[in-house]
Amino acid sequence: MAGDFIRQLDDSGMGRGRSLFQKLHIDLPLFVMLLVLVLGGLFILYSASGQNMHMVSRQMVYFAIGFGCMLVIAQFNPHWFQLAAPWMFGAGIIALLLVLAVGVGAKGAQRWLSIFGVFRFQPSEIMKLAVPMMLAWFMASKLMPPNFKVIVQALVLIFIPTLLIMKQPDLGTSLLIASSGLLVLLFAGLSWRWVTLAVMIVLAVAPMMWFGVMHDYQKQRVLTFLDPESDPLGSGWNIIQSKTAIGSGGIEGKGWLQGTQSQLEFLPERHTDFIIAVFAEEQGLIGVLLLLMLYLMIVIRGIYMASRARDSFSRLLGGSLIVTFFIYVFVNIGMVSGILPVVGVPLPLVSYGGTSIVTLMAAFGVIMSIYTHRQV
Amino acid sequence: MSFSLKDAEIEKAIFARRAILAAFLVVGLLCVLAGRMMFLQVSQHELFASKSENNRVQLKPVAPIRGLIFDRNGILLAENLPSHSLSLVPERVQDMDATLALINTLVGLSDEESARFQKRLKQWRRPFEAITIKYRLNEAEIAKLMVNAYFLEGAEVEAELVRHYPRGEDFAHVLGYVGQMNEKEKRRLDAAQYKATRRVGKIGIERYYQDMLHGEVGYQKVETNAQGRILDVLERESPKPGGNLILNLDANLQHVAMQAFKGRRGSLVAIDPNTGGILAMVSSPAFDPNLFVNGISFKDYNNLRDSLDTPLFDRASRGQYPPGSTMKPFIGLSFLQSGVTNWAEKIDDPGWYMLENDERVYRDWKRRGHGDYINLRQAIIQSCDVYFYEMSFRAGIDNIQPFLGQFGFGQNTSMDVGNALPALLPGRAWKKKYRGRSWYAGDTLNMGLGQGYMLITPLQLATAMSVFANKGKWKRAKLVQYIDGVELEDETPPADVQIKNPADWDRMSRAMEGVIKHYMGTAKALQKDLNYRIAAKTGTAQVVSIKQNEEYDSEALLERQRDHALFVSFAPVESPEIAIAVIVENGESAGRTSGPIAREVTDFYLNSLKQRPMIDNEVFGLGNLGTKL
Repeated sequence: MAGDFIRQLDDSGMGRGRSLFQKLHIDLPLFVMLLVLVLGGLFILYSASGQNMHMVSRQMVYFAIGFGCMLVIAQFNPHWFQLAAPWMFGAGIIALLLVLAVGVGAKGAQRWLSIFGVFRFQPSEIMKLAVPMMLAWFMASKLMPPNFKVIVQALVLIFIPTLLIMKQPDLGTSLLIASSGLLVLLFAGLSWRWVTLAVMIVLAVAPMMWFGVMHDYQKQRVLTFLDPESDPLGSGWNIIQSKTAIGSGGIEGKGWLQGTQSQLEFLPERHTDFIIAVFAEEQGLIGVLLLLMLYLMIVIRGIYMASRARDSFSRLLGGSLIVTFFIYVFVNIGMVSGILPVVGVPLPLVSYGGTSIVTLMAAFGVIMSIYTHRQV
Repeated sequence: MSFSLKDAEIEKAIFARRAILAAFLVVGLLCVLAGRMMFLQVSQHELFASKSENNRVQLKPVAPIRGLIFDRNGILLAENLPSHSLSLVPERVQDMDATLALINTLVGLSDEESARFQKRLKQWRRPFEAITIKYRLNEAEIAKLMVNAYFLEGAEVEAELVRHYPRGEDFAHVLGYVGQMNEKEKRRLDAAQYKATRRVGKIGIERYYQDMLHGEVGYQKVETNAQGRILDVLERESPKPGGNLILNLDANLQHVAMQAFKGRRGSLVAIDPNTGGILAMVSSPAFDPNLFVNGISFKDYNNLRDSLDTPLFDRASRGQYPPGSTMKPFIGLSFLQSGVTNWAEKIDDPGWYMLENDERVYRDWKRRGHGDYINLRQAIIQSCDVYFYEMSFRAGIDNIQPFLGQFGFGQNTSMDVGNALPALLPGRAWKKKYRGRSWYAGDTLNMGLGQGYMLITPLQLATAMSVFANKGKWKRAKLVQYIDGVELEDETPPADVQIKNPADWDRMSRAMEGVIKHYMGTAKALQKDLNYRIAAKTGTAQVVSIKQNEEYDSEALLERQRDHALFVSFAPVESPEIAIAVIVENGESAGRTSGPIAREVTDFYLNSLKQRPMIDNEVFGLGNLGTKL
């Protein structure tokens, strides 16, 4: 099944000589799927923002910039990314240190980065690209599968930026950046023995931490984090409302702009992190399944494109980026539907917000570059 | 792997294996999400659908419109006017201090308004319930607030109907006023009916008829957003407005009576003997009841509360005074009833009276006495004290007390005057119980003059006069004539006063006529330009007791220690239409203070009001209010 699907996607872009899209280093199937997602997302946003056209047009500007970034990045030969990886990583680390030194919380970070232009980037956003690039650069120079020494070195590379971002503090982003680095290790053939060992260590340490080290208030925080509904007026309220929105949508949904949970503002963060609840309420299970299908096709196409890359660096980078993209999708929907703890993760390419869009589109630019530069 | 060189094919193979695994994992995890969504949207759909509906739709109570109050001629006494007020929903205010500061610069907040708001802020309330911060906004203030609405998140200008009393002070005590419902009232009143109601009657008619004026609560199904703001009304069950009241009171008569006091402390009650309807009920000085509707300021309240003239005190139904000589017509009848004397018997009044075996000298108000020709008629006209000492002694308390009781003394006989006091009709049992002593003959002598232990309220005195004018037929005093078009009937009136010889009613009335008409009458000053027949009796009541042998020197007494001046009357004598009781505190002379007030009110009622055609019911849209109007 999956094989046929991938071949079909591949066939559509192949065997016809060099089309305009090939010249532009754009993968047509992925591009079309992204376009569908983005356009659909704009309709969802229009409803989720309370029919705020201003917000929708700003989102359109972000997408224009995002697609522009993708297009530009896709023109670069992946070789350049390999060369740039250590420098970008180094610059990112310095930026993170500066944020901690100069900035007071999030405001300092924004101020420091406003010199880059109109759209302010947080250094952690750069790290979303720089960490997998650095890891892919590092692993590509080593033997695969990695031995113990390499693994330790790689883990150090991952945990430096992770800790720095955690200190900002931004737990959600730091965990996602860490996982993008770990994904490179996995794609490089990290032995399952190590994976099993790590899991066992976590399982062993967690109860020791719980019963030995942690104070009651810390335990309470963890419990609330794991089960937000135990705090119905705090973070639990969001989840109760989003589950109500999703559940009340039923199979067919209440119709576009007709979701009472979202339109009447019972749903918090409805245009950002909880936007999937708006969609689920208004378009029902049918809409949700179509959206999940679209995400699936994008991710599968991405994995396929990464696997067709020219060298190990490109493969590892592409694989990490596309699976990270999927993790975003999974964590967001899992969180909103109440099976994962609440961490501030937007729904990729649907939630409102320029930073996330530009970073994601840049990542797709890298993936397109990897795929379109393999024969040249 | 023991290769020391990188092997591109092996690396590619490793990646491919892992990539396929990743793809399966992705599919698997998406299936988890899809399954979760199916669980929520299919299995749990009904649960969440009803949850969402409960979120969205709320049943909101709607307060009924309070009934209006009219006087007997359809003049509006209590109405509901639209008023705009500014309120804040604390949950929606981002920065309370900044918001309050901005409101202060826009419309100004007194210290008092701020303090009251801060107090309410600390009290318990429903989440997202608005707190009113400023009442009675004018057009300019509303405009300023609207223009700055963007900076005033959580602030709202609300329009509501607020009680207003166009006749102000005239009806302060009798009508009462409404005010914010307090916790005690919330417990007392029907919680379901009063869910949306903010103000209830605090005193007077507004309180006594609270339930009838209130109406029945309505409900509307509304769609609200998460902030509780109403977006749409889905269904509505309209509230039933409160019933309108038509009073027996006459607004113009009330005004004349109020003005007649010229600010003096005192009270007047006028009753139509034929119906028991209270035509006027005044307690002076009064206050503006409109001050209380939105919560009176501390300063205004303190001024009212601390005033020596006690304007908040309702003298008409709660002021207790010794009746003085106004009791003489009633007590005179009790002499005839007990047979201790007749109209013909004359006594000699030397100016004093003594009991056997008693040192005490009981004085007449006239130091040299009224002479040797004093019969009952003259004793009434001249208010001869010695005659009443003698006859009271003969009749005894056991004859006098029950007879007075038949006129309603010592009880609250009114139909709808809330809080009216029973005052005091003393007798043997009472003295034994509350004073621990036997009833002495001297007590009877004092009582015969309306002094001693006996206390009356102006309402009681007017009621008794009305029953008297009605020749003993009881019509209980009532403020309200019609409730929502239905006449207020007296189902259980007290037993009529029966006397042995009904002709005595007329003879006593004619004697009372002499109080004004006779050249010896104590109120002969009032006879000028009299164009109707009026029966009256003056009275003075001592505020401080005068000791034995002490000279009564009113000049030396402080103004507030002077005697109270009382006056009772009814007119016209041949077919009474208005019975009046007046008390002027420290008025000293009934002929100069309380008497003229009664005359002025009676004049106005019989001459001015009766001449004027009655206002047509239809003008007020009150066509179905009965035939009387």
